[in-house]
Amino acid sequence: MKICVCVKHVPDTAATIKLAGDNGFEDSEIKFVSNPYDDYGVEEAVSLCEKDGGEVVIVTVGKKAASATIRSAMAMGAHRAILVKTEGQFLDSDLTAKALKAAMEQDGLPDMIFTGKGSVDTESFQTQYRLAKSLSMPVVNEVSTLTVNGGKAIAERETGGGERQVIEMSLPCVVGATKGLNEPRYPKFPDIMKAKKKEIKEIELSDLGIDASNGKVVIEKLEAVPERSGANMLEGSVDAQMTELVRILKEDEKVL
Amino acid sequence: MGNAGILIEIENNTIKETSLGVMTAAAGQEIYALVLGSDAADYKDKLAEYGASKIVSITAKDDFSSSPDLQAEAIAATIKEYNFETLLGTASSTGKDLFARIGAIIDEPLVSDCVEVNIAEKQVKKSHFSGKTLATLKVNGDVLLCTIRPNSIEPVAAPAAGEVIEFSSDAADPKLIKITETKKGGKGKLDLTEAPIVITGGRAIKAAENYKMLEECAEKLGAAVGASRAAVDAGFAPHSMQVGQTGKTVSPKLYIACGVSGAVQHFAGMKTSKVIVAINEDKDAPIFSKCDYGIVGDIFDVVPVLTEKL
Repeated sequence: MKICVCVKHVPDTAATIKLAGDNGFEDSEIKFVSNPYDDYGVEEAVSLCEKDGGEVVIVTVGKKAASATIRSAMAMGAHRAILVKTEGQFLDSDLTAKALKAAMEQDGLPDMIFTGKGSVDTESFQTQYRLAKSLSMPVVNEVSTLTVNGGKAIAERETGGGERQVIEMSLPCVVGATKGLNEPRYPKFPDIMKAKKKEIKEIELSDLGIDASNGKVVIEKLEAVPERSGANMLEGSVDAQMTELVRILKEDEKVL
Repeated sequence: MGNAGILIEIENNTIKETSLGVMTAAAGQEIYALVLGSDAADYKDKLAEYGASKIVSITAKDDFSSSPDLQAEAIAATIKEYNFETLLGTASSTGKDLFARIGAIIDEPLVSDCVEVNIAEKQVKKSHFSGKTLATLKVNGDVLLCTIRPNSIEPVAAPAAGEVIEFSSDAADPKLIKITETKKGGKGKLDLTEAPIVITGGRAIKAAENYKMLEECAEKLGAAVGASRAAVDAGFAPHSMQVGQTGKTVSPKLYIACGVSGAVQHFAGMKTSKVIVAINEDKDAPIFSKCDYGIVGDIFDVVPVLTEKL
């Protein structure tokens, strides 16, 4: 079985986003990681191939620096990777899906595709759907349980309030992974060393016939959201504090 | 004034409060409330009160209850039928899923989880980088397709005609996926992402059964109960209750964190809440540096008193 996993190179959640210009951010100093939800996809793909044999190919659309993130997915056991290189910081979901599709077609279409349920940078939650549609494959997102057997996949997704849907589909298919699916492994030192020798094929976005300036969703402005600066600490007995809190929430904040 | 379709979500025979806020987001447009299924007339009064000129009961020639793809096809077909310039829904798990399918079907751009929508300018505002930045996006498509973050737009009554019409789609099910079973969640549990108030228990909750204390408080508040990652990883609560990165993103008007230390990953899931209250035994807990009101104390002493005062 051949499995492609789409991995996005994103700023670490703990990183401070320093804005640059009207619609960009300073990306040279901060730490980048693989999108946390994508790790569940990598783990699932690697375990499936460990069980039944096969190959896991990471496909990333991002800047040249994304190769560091790709290496970490390779240390988890992925066999090789394709990096579609972009110049800008943001590429909209439609163009990202087109780039993923073109790269996969060039490499030979897989039996399964994993993505994360969404990315923690632009939070658009749709690339996997556009990719699936363009390949006429079924797609289920926010999958936290998965069984793959005999060309069929049974996925479970939560739909709110603890309710879960059980969904059946045939392979090839696209699965958007989330927490619960598995526990992503921590690569061991020898795996990290081995990952350094694995192949990353680089392709220019423009060589796939995609023009980054054709995005339909354009970021006009990025603004920092001011951080709260220290709490108003309540004082007195527990009873007095709770009386005051309820008063504040009702009268000052008007949220009760 | 253009025509705007609003996907209405219904749960337990009740219109979700968040769907009314989405209608308010389209104020000034000719509003078509879209209801999946044949019983739209049951919701006429409320939908008309909040601005629906038309209420569209959507069906398809095949049963679409087990096919999200066919539901999306049927909703997408209303865009042409009624000349929608805008199609809005809630960024709930169902709304996000259907809108992503619709965006792919009609090949139009989609913006998810918006906190502000300017229909005339085709411009939206939404969080980027887990609430650390607010992005203004321009959407260059023929149809403005958006989901709105729950609780970001307060519903405002704006009475309109509320004429009920029927639309039957003749789209065929691509038969790619099939919902074979729906496992019910806890009875009457509010959905975390849509609840107006959320109360969360962290590691200090110490045991699964102690969530009962929070549930009692939540019942009085009309709140949903959440958990921190530490509490989930310790086995005190299921993942479906986790707030934060790798869990749910919530944006309620009031968030009460009980015994949550306040890791960056937790804030990533709740920092856009309107008011944040933290209760923690440790006066130096990081959560106190980024919340609105702080109470230093043992949650087992404080929460029952709060419940009593509500």
